[in-house]
Amino acid sequence: MQEAMIKRAKELLAEGIVNRVIGWKRGEFAYDSTPAIFETPEELERDFVYDDLTASNLSKYLIKESRKAGKILAFLKPCDTYSLNQLTCEHRVIRENIHVIGIPCDPKIDAEKIKAKGISGILGIKNDGVDLTIDTIYGKESMPVSEAIMEKCLSCKGKKHVTYDELIGEDGELCDSGRFDMVAELEAMTAQERYDFWRSQLSKCIRCNACRNVCPACTCEKCVFDNDASGIANKAAADSFEENMFHIIRAFHVAGRCTDCGECSRVCPQNIPLHMLNRKFIKDINELYGTYQAGEKPDSVSPLTSYTLDDCEASIVHERGTE
Amino acid sequence: MQVNQKEFEPVIAAFCCNWCSYAGADLSGTNRLSYPSNVKIIRVPCSCRVNPMFILRAFQRGADGVIICGCHPGDCHYTSGNYFTRRRMTLLFSMLDYLGIERDRTRVEWVSAAEGAKFAATMNDFTETVRKLGPNRRLEDLRCRKQ
Repeated sequence: MQEAMIKRAKELLAEGIVNRVIGWKRGEFAYDSTPAIFETPEELERDFVYDDLTASNLSKYLIKESRKAGKILAFLKPCDTYSLNQLTCEHRVIRENIHVIGIPCDPKIDAEKIKAKGISGILGIKNDGVDLTIDTIYGKESMPVSEAIMEKCLSCKGKKHVTYDELIGEDGELCDSGRFDMVAELEAMTAQERYDFWRSQLSKCIRCNACRNVCPACTCEKCVFDNDASGIANKAAADSFEENMFHIIRAFHVAGRCTDCGECSRVCPQNIPLHMLNRKFIKDINELYGTYQAGEKPDSVSPLTSYTLDDCEASIVHERGTE
Repeated sequence: MQVNQKEFEPVIAAFCCNWCSYAGADLSGTNRLSYPSNVKIIRVPCSCRVNPMFILRAFQRGADGVIICGCHPGDCHYTSGNYFTRRRMTLLFSMLDYLGIERDRTRVEWVSAAEGAKFAATMNDFTETVRKLGPNRRLEDLRCRKQ
């Protein structure tokens, strides 16, 4: 796949259709590839990488990149295309300046999960679909793929691209992998249990703002949390209230626009299941205002910027509660 | 700190829309209807002016309950503001509930300028509900707690 992508990128560069490429660049280690811009075939040949570990969503970078001169080639995985569609819908990207190549996506591998098994010094990973063979500086190790799949890929929305200019490989199908099961489980708990669960999770927050910075829906130029007078602009939360406030508002500000790409949880250095907050909003929107998938269409209207005359009242929260 | 339930007086923040509920509160006053002094009214131009952050901020600064009052659906001075409020607040309250915060601490009520009696009754009822719940502990800021 990587070779085919490099080959196509080189062709498009040579034809002058695009003048740069956004993809992933190998980092210091096999598992820390980062998003990068490539301008020449040599750079592509040397640094471009696409494998089981290149999980980051490139759509957010296109906000700035699509405003620069010339067209940019972007390689987007199925769930990244939802983000791009949502950004197009909000006029945050100039879609004409982006040449999108849809690439297929197998479940991504989470290096943290491998490390959690006590495997360190990772040099490279081979995936035969069932088992992972991990090259380390201490020799070869192996573990089942199923135990190393990234959290966000465990509840995959499907392998269908919602926007692209061309495809490499086949377009896949939508699938339902029960992404609301965990939310439903939490909802079924008592208020005290839910409170305890979220306290134990949110109290881990170190306010690094990675979840906010990586989120492709979170694109305000001036963020409400960057206001010194807000009382919650501290680097470290001084009180449990600040943690709650930050996470409620962060999730609320993307409610109805969140495509559920799972980047927030992926980048969280404290492994807080942040997507569970976003998914709660998605689940509520689906149940109360009709099924809605943000980013599915480039011209859809967000449920929070529209209404119907016979919407349910807020008291429904009391009526359908468990306790 | 020992909390004596009998002595507990809840603080209620009531966001009232300028055109309906605020006038409704006025009417209940001129009609000599009583509602508890626990209720602190904050006048907003429209119920949809209420940002979710206002509600959290009220809890942070010592409110034990927050109620948002607006025009009845269809009667909004700005045509559609309260329809947006309805969706936003439903989702926000659901999220607060999800985080384990008592769902009776928040409420949305539609009160028109002619419903002075409804305003007083709503505030009496809401204050009693919150009084039973006790002080807000799950969404408080310890730095703001009054001893």
